[in-house]
Formats: sequence, C-alpha cells, structure tokens
Amino acid sequence: MTQALQKTVIYAALLAWAFVCLFPIYWTASTAFKEAKDVYDGDLIPWLQFEPNWKGWESLGLSPDTITRSSSARQEFLKHAANTVTISLSAATLATVIGSLAAYGLARFSYRFGPWRNNDISFWFLSQLILPPVAIALPVLVLYRELDLLDTRTGLVLVYTIMNLPIVIWIMRDQFNSIPVELEQAALVDGASIWQAFLRIVVPIAAPGFVAAFILSLVFSWNEYFFAVVLSGADSPTLPLLLAGQTSSQGTRWWTIAALATAAITPLIVIGLIMEKHIVRGLTAGAVK
Amino acid sequence: MQQNPAVELPIADVPIGVSQGWRQNVGRLLLVVASVAFAAFLAVQLLKTFGVTSVGFDNWRPVAVAFVGWSVCLCASIVWTRGQRGEQAVFLLPAVLITLAFVIFPTIYALFMAFQNWNLSAATGRQFTGLDNFRRLFADRAFWVAMQNMAYYVAAVMAQYVIAYGLAILLNQQVRGRKFFRVVFLLPFMLSPVAVSFMIGKTLLNSQYGPVVPALEWLGFTDISFYEDPWLARLNIMIMDAWYSIPFMMVLLLAGLQGIPGEVLESAKIDGASSWQTFRHMIFPLMLPISLTAIILRVIFELKLIDVVRIVTGGGPGGATDTVSLFIYREGIQKTNVGYASAMSEFYLLVIIISITIVLWLANKWVRKVT
Repeated sequence: MTQALQKTVIYAALLAWAFVCLFPIYWTASTAFKEAKDVYDGDLIPWLQFEPNWKGWESLGLSPDTITRSSSARQEFLKHAANTVTISLSAATLATVIGSLAAYGLARFSYRFGPWRNNDISFWFLSQLILPPVAIALPVLVLYRELDLLDTRTGLVLVYTIMNLPIVIWIMRDQFNSIPVELEQAALVDGASIWQAFLRIVVPIAAPGFVAAFILSLVFSWNEYFFAVVLSGADSPTLPLLLAGQTSSQGTRWWTIAALATAAITPLIVIGLIMEKHIVRGLTAGAVK
Repeated sequence: MQQNPAVELPIADVPIGVSQGWRQNVGRLLLVVASVAFAAFLAVQLLKTFGVTSVGFDNWRPVAVAFVGWSVCLCASIVWTRGQRGEQAVFLLPAVLITLAFVIFPTIYALFMAFQNWNLSAATGRQFTGLDNFRRLFADRAFWVAMQNMAYYVAAVMAQYVIAYGLAILLNQQVRGRKFFRVVFLLPFMLSPVAVSFMIGKTLLNSQYGPVVPALEWLGFTDISFYEDPWLARLNIMIMDAWYSIPFMMVLLLAGLQGIPGEVLESAKIDGASSWQTFRHMIFPLMLPISLTAIILRVIFELKLIDVVRIVTGGGPGGATDTVSLFIYREGIQKTNVGYASAMSEFYLLVIIISITIVLWLANKWVRKVT
C-alpha cells in the first residue's frame, strides 16, 4: 500500500468514527429545534431543510420568550437539575476525600489486618466493582426504609459515594505511588506530623489525580439511573429520572424530549471537551506502567 | 494490575512513657463506652423490632447515627492508644467503615431475604422457606433466558474490543487533528445511558421517523421495525451499549500503545517486518496484559447492564433483550417480591464471582505463557 493511500484510509476511518460519535449528539440537539413536520420528514440540515424554532424549549419554559414567565415545566426541570448538581457534587467530594485518604494510607503505610496486607485490602476495595447494583439495591431499599432515608438526597449521596470509592482509591493510589517518598521523609525529619506532611506536601503535588478522580466520580453520579429510580421519588429525583419519565407521558413529542436530553447532556459534553486529559488520566490510572 | 511498590514511610515506634500512659487509658475507656452505647442502641431497637419490648425509636436512624458516633470514637481511640500507628490507621478507617456498612450489611441481609418467601405488599409477611426460592429459580425459564442474553451481551464485548483496538491504533498514528479526534471519540462515554436510550434507541432507531429508516429503504429494505425481531432488537441494544462503552476500552488500549517503547518498533522495521507482522508478533503480545484488563473490566460492567434495556425495549420482544439485572429489578422492585429477587441476585453474584475468578486465573496463566 502506498503512503498516500494509507493516509487516505486512516483519515477516512477517523472521520467515519467521528461521524458515528457526533451524529447522535447533532441529531438530538437539532431535533430540539424542530416541529412535528420536520421530524416526520426526516429533515437534517437547519435553514436549508427546516426552519429552526423554539417549540421544544417552549414546552420546557426555556425558550427566549418563555424564560421570563413562570413555568411549571421549567420549575420541574430546575428541581431535577438542582438535585443532580447537589447530589453529584457532594458524592464526588465525599468519595474523593475518603477515597484518597485510604489510597494514601495504602500507598505509604503497611497495614496488617489478620492475614490481610495492603494489596489484599486494595483488592478488596476494587472487588466492590463486581457487585451488580441490583444485588445491593433490595437490601439498601429495605435499610433505607428503616432509616427513613428513602427519597432523600443524603441517601443517594451515600450510595454514590460508595459506588465511586473503588475508582477513587484506584486512581489515587496510582497517583501517590508516583510521588517520590523522599519529600515526605524530609518533612517528617523536620518534625512535621504524618497529617501535616500529607496535607502540605502530598496534596498539592497530587492535584492532577484529585481532579481526575473528582471528575470521573462526578460524571458517574450525574449519569446514574438505577439507584435513583429505586431509591428516590418525588422529593429527590435527578435528571436521568426526568428524562426516563418522558416515555409514557409524551411518547411522540420528540422536540420536548430532545430539548430535555440536550439540556441534560450539555454540561457533560462541556466537561468532556475541557477535561478530556483528566478523564483519560483517571481511566488509565494503574493500567499502564 | 500493578502491585504496590514497597515504599514506606519510616515511622519510629515511639516508646510509650508515663505521659502517654493516661492517653492510652482514655482511649481504651472511650472505645469501651462507645461500644457499649452503640450496643445499647442496637439492642433496644432490635428488641422493639421483634416485639419483645415496646420501648424504642420510631425508625433505625438513631442506630445509624450511633454507628457513625461509634466510628468517630473508634478513630479517636486508635490514635490515643496506638500513637503514630493509630494515625496511620485513621487514613484507611473511614473508607473501610463506610464500605463495610454498605456492602457487608446488604450482602448478609440479602442472603437472609433469599431464604424467605417475602413479598413486601403481601399481607402474610415473610415465612422462612429454605431453598424454595432457589428451586424456583432453576425452574424459571425466563430467568435462564436472561442469563443466556447476558452471554450474548458479554460476547459482544469482544466486538467492542476489536473496534476499540482499531480506533486506538488509528489514534496512535501521526495524523493531523489527533487532539480533535481524541476528544470527539471520548464524548459518548460522557453521556448517560438514559440519554443514549433516547438519543439513539428511541429517536434515531425509531421504526417510523428515525433518520436511519430512509437510508435503509434506499438500500432496499422494507418493513423496517427495529425492536420486533429478537435478534435485531438485541443487536440494537448491543449497538447502543457499544456506542458509549467503546471509548473506555479505546482509551485504555491507546495508553497501552503509547507505552510501547519506540525502539521496539524501530528494530522491527529494520528487520524488515511488515506492519501486520509487527502487530502480530510485537504489539499484540506486548498489549496482552492491558487488553485483558480492558476486557475483564468491560465484562464486569457489561454484567450490570440494565438502563438502556429498561428504557428502550423493557426486555422485549418476549424476553429477547432481557438482562438479569432488569429481571431482578422487575421481580424485586416492581412486583416487590424481595425474597425471590434476593435469591436470584445472590445466585447471580455467585456466578459472577466464580466466573471472574476462573477467568482471572486462566488469563494470568495464559499471559505468563505467551510473554
């Protein structure tokens, strides 16, 4: 194969996959500006094939002319959005703090718990990933009923924290292992306590790891659907629930669903565009050395 | 998966003098008091729950608060009695305690539920029925259909792996706009399965209005329906699942490819190896460990598949796209038949643990043989 042909094939394949990745996003975002006729005709290109309008956004109370008026649909959307933001930020923060403390301990100290050493404890944390959510959903449901935590944000925050802990520990242990231990040794010799050495010296150096762990936890919590549908109802619903709830009530109003989906995925797409490096770093932590 | 390198902070075990003696005693005392208090909360509530006494709290929340209090006291006590060793332990303890509370309890409780005939909405309450739930499970055809589907879904991971490998190799070439392609290829990973279900499953692959329909009609297909034929429905679920799962594998494999030292490839080139030979005999073996990591992690996540199926097909047509998670969800949450659902989830968990252990063991053996 000649060089030129090879290059062409490579670019064609790259562009083809870029199309596969982007088309569903484009389709959703553009459908949010269509009306029934455009959807049924299968129009794709705005202005050429169809005239964009705000109908989908109007029904959410988010279009330019409805945004100033009060709208129950918008309130409903904002309630879900606020819950999602609060829950995923809290869960990501908690998981990052608790997880990185444990990861630091596992990277630097030697624990012994019966026959268990550091590697066994790390593996134990990681093995929690195997648990399918359904396996713990039922007992947690019963537990939450007893604890009066059903349909509360606290309840979801706790579950998401647990869900993210293994990933955070995995990422942060890798991060701490990459920091030379001499820095802390020097601080300890100078009379700092373990906690001081950790907070003043290690934490600033490990910042990239923290960002990666936090962002990944945030994304996972933001998108989580299963526990949300099992554990929350009218008081603490998140965006995935709002989106999933559209099936029965408004089966054919594509523009509303598309507008909703667009609004729900935009923050994540923005995070993906800005934080790509950190996400990749988090996903590949410990995988390659 | 990497082992922990043997770096350790030198911690001098400070001999405990007279001045520290009282702290040790305070620490021990604190732990005893906290444990007694927690045990008391637990006992009071247990006795009330089983109807022995009428004194107690309205719900179990005070007991949970007591557990948190006990955990705090435990940390303080360890610092006081063990000094620096204790401070070290406090790094690990919060994560261990919260995981224990959320994983150990549910697992044990689910095991307890699995042996009961228990429907939350039935007036009869629960009865211990021994292995009945498990006998029912083995006779439940629909459950085994779901198990079989999981085998198909797991097999589809191999297709994801091949595509992800191809994309990783493409991204590892010297091409313009590499950064752009990398960001774009990662985007599907950011989206929630729920959003994907609507974006692709419900609208793009809509049998009446989806933009895919005219394209297929142009190719000569007629009477297009995406979710009526069992295999087509399953295939569509697999496509959606692959769409947002491939980036994860791709990122791992790309990191692996970038980790291959340039000299290795240089020397292969000098020896006159073709690209295919280089890939077959150099890159592929070098990438085996990370390939296995990627595949095993993806399989673990695949076994939890539920969101897309629940929203797009609900498990239909006729159970063709059903997953075990969705089946258990319907039984336990929607029909509130928690006894039987717990039995199924414990069984499923057991199958997963056993098969993952075997696969890990075989994979390790194989990698050692090849490399």
